[in-house]
Formats: sequence, C-alpha cells, structure tokens
Amino acid sequence: MLYAVQFILSFFASAGFGILFNAPRRTIFAGGLSGAFGWLVYFIATQYDVQAVIASFLGAIVLTAISIMSSRQLRAPIIIFITCGIIPLVPGGMAYNAMRSVVLQNYDMALAYGFQVALISMAIATGIISTEMIDSLFQTLKRKVKNMRKKEA
Amino acid sequence: MSFEELETVDKPDDSLDEAFVRKVFFVCLNSGKILLESGAETYRIEDTMIRIAGNYGIDNVQVFVTTTVIILSMNDYALSQTIRIDERANNLEKVVNINDLSRRISKGLPIRDAINSIENIHETKMFPFWLVVFTGGVVAIMFLLLFNGAPVDIPVAAAGGMAGVLITESIQRYTKIKFFNEFFAAFFIAVISVLYVEFGPGAELETIIIAAVMPLVPGVLITNAIREMIRGHLMAGTMKGAEASLTAIAIGAGVGLVFMAV
Repeated sequence: MLYAVQFILSFFASAGFGILFNAPRRTIFAGGLSGAFGWLVYFIATQYDVQAVIASFLGAIVLTAISIMSSRQLRAPIIIFITCGIIPLVPGGMAYNAMRSVVLQNYDMALAYGFQVALISMAIATGIISTEMIDSLFQTLKRKVKNMRKKEA
Repeated sequence: MSFEELETVDKPDDSLDEAFVRKVFFVCLNSGKILLESGAETYRIEDTMIRIAGNYGIDNVQVFVTTTVIILSMNDYALSQTIRIDERANNLEKVVNINDLSRRISKGLPIRDAINSIENIHETKMFPFWLVVFTGGVVAIMFLLLFNGAPVDIPVAAAGGMAGVLITESIQRYTKIKFFNEFFAAFFIAVISVLYVEFGPGAELETIIIAAVMPLVPGVLITNAIREMIRGHLMAGTMKGAEASLTAIAIGAGVGLVFMAV
C-alpha cells in the first residue's frame, strides 16, 4: 500500500514536470512511468537501509532502462523520458537546503548538504550514462551478430 | 620526408553548389540553435548538426557548442558562423521535432522541405499558461506528500507552487534576469508559508517550503551538468553547474531573507 502511494505520487510529480517542460503529449505518460519506477526502486532500497547515494544509482539505472524502452516504442529522443524521470531523484531540494544554510550562516550544515548534492547527482549521472553505454554496446553486438549471420547465409 | 606525409588537413572538397551549401548551413545552424534553446545536451546537439550536414554530402564540419554559444564551420566551403544563445528553457517538444526532422533528412528529405519544417518548428505550440501554472501546484502537492508532509499543509503548498511558476514566468518577460525571478518567487513562497504556519493551521514550515520551491530548484540542471562533464564537455558542464548554483543561491537567499526577518 505504501509502495502504491509512493508510486502514484512520484508518477504525477514526473508527469507534471513533463508539462512544465512542454513535453509532447504522447510522451508524458511514459515520462511519468519512468519517474515512478525510478523512485520506487530508490524508495525500496532506502527502506532496506541502503545508502541514499547507492539507492539513487540503482534508481537511475532502472529509470534509464525504462526510458530507453519508451524511446524505442514512441520514437522520441531518450532525453525526454530521462528529464521527466529523474525529477523525483534529483537533489534539487537538497541544493536549496545547502544554499539556505549558507544564507543563514550555518556553514556545517551547508557543507554536509553540499557534499550530498554532489555525490547524489554524481551517482544519478553515472547510473544514466552507464546504462546508456551498456545499451549501445548491446546494440552494436546485436548488429555484428546479424551481419555475421548474413555473411554465412 | 615527402610532402604527402606532412600533410594533415584534407584538401577541400568543394564539389557542391554554393547556394545549396548555404541552405544546408542554415538548416544545420538553426537546428542547433533550437536544440540549445530548448535544453538539449550539447553532445547530442553537435551530433545532430554533423549528421544533418553529412546527410547532404558535406563532410569536414566542425561544431563547437557550449551553453551560450554555437560555432559552426563548414571548412571545405569556408563557411563559418557564431551565434549567441541568451535565453534557454526546457521545451522538450521542440527537441522531439528537431529529432524527427533529422530522421527524415537521413531518409532523403529535400533541402527545401527541411527549411520549411525548420520554420514550422520555430512556432511549436506550448501548453496553455494556466495549465503550466496549475501543474506547478500539483507538483508541489506531490512533493509535499512524498516528503511526508501534513495533509493540512496541502493548500499552501499548492498555492506556493503555483505562485512560484507564475512569478518566474511572468517577471521573465520584463526583467530578463533569471536570478531575480527566482529570488522573488522563493521570497513570496516563504512569506505565505510563514504566514500560514504562524496565523493559520499550518504544521511543518520546512516541508511546505521545500515542496513549494520544488518546481524551481535546479535538480535536473545539476545532474545534466555532471553528465556533460562525464561525457567530456567540460565547458558546457562547468557553465551548467554555475547556472545551477546561481539558481540555488537565488532560492536559498529568497527563503533565507524571510527566515532572518522572522
């Protein structure tokens, strides 16, 4: 039940950002889905006491995989689904917290938040890029196998 | 050592008609401009521009894209132009349209039709303004609940989210300075949240504010900055990082000012 609620909330948050970013209508649902699954993985991982950084990495991998699938299905560039999908994961609120701590001269907190922002966004970026890389490797391999079979035939 | 071995730059291939090349140049440069203004990643922009030129038979094309400038050179034809990009926003529909155009070009779209569709893409329809503002409120409510906020705080989070989007979008037309838009939006959100908690039924001030500023915070920008850097686009990555910190400072300062006054 808890998971279902989290899923629905993150779905609407991601889909809402799809509207804020003027995504094409036909892609908004898929963008919301990739955000919801990414957040669900993150949420379940943190429930099992996984660190936030690693949980973000796992979430980014899942949401990129879903984005790749939807971009094939809907014939749209993958950036749309990724931009909508990372919304629940990205440390925007934390970046705001860091800067607010600076303004309130609470420098210890600011440093702690700042490092977390850097680490988490690094984890998300690495998750996205590594998944894209694995996909493109896989595609090249598939093409090579196909070509080899053609030569044999 | 012979002369051939020293030669590193290929001889120019100027077999194509110059008027045609200029048209291809126009299509290339404008696709890049639209993509950059709509928030696409720089490596993808460079890739698209080079691919469009290649499909029309023009090789040896050099593109340099950072967050604020595009330099495009078709070296074989001695054509080069630089354009500055001042305004950037996320407009994913335009990215999709340029992507479609690039795909059609690779299937042999005539250059005349390509120029026509570039002009059409420039006037891509946006979502109506009220819907965008309304969505800002919906997003804020979703984040309030995701951060375990109290249900009693929903109205003020929604109002804050909507006001944030409304203020940033409407002041944008007059000031052209992003920093102040975000600063004022955050300031307004903090003011109504504090009032709601002090004089109304509000429960958790921190959660309300963080949910309401969520449509404004630069989370996507930070992540994209790091992605650019990992891909090797150090310049674009650093610029996006600077832009993101500036946005975070604006929002933090807007809220912090209210906190200091309380």
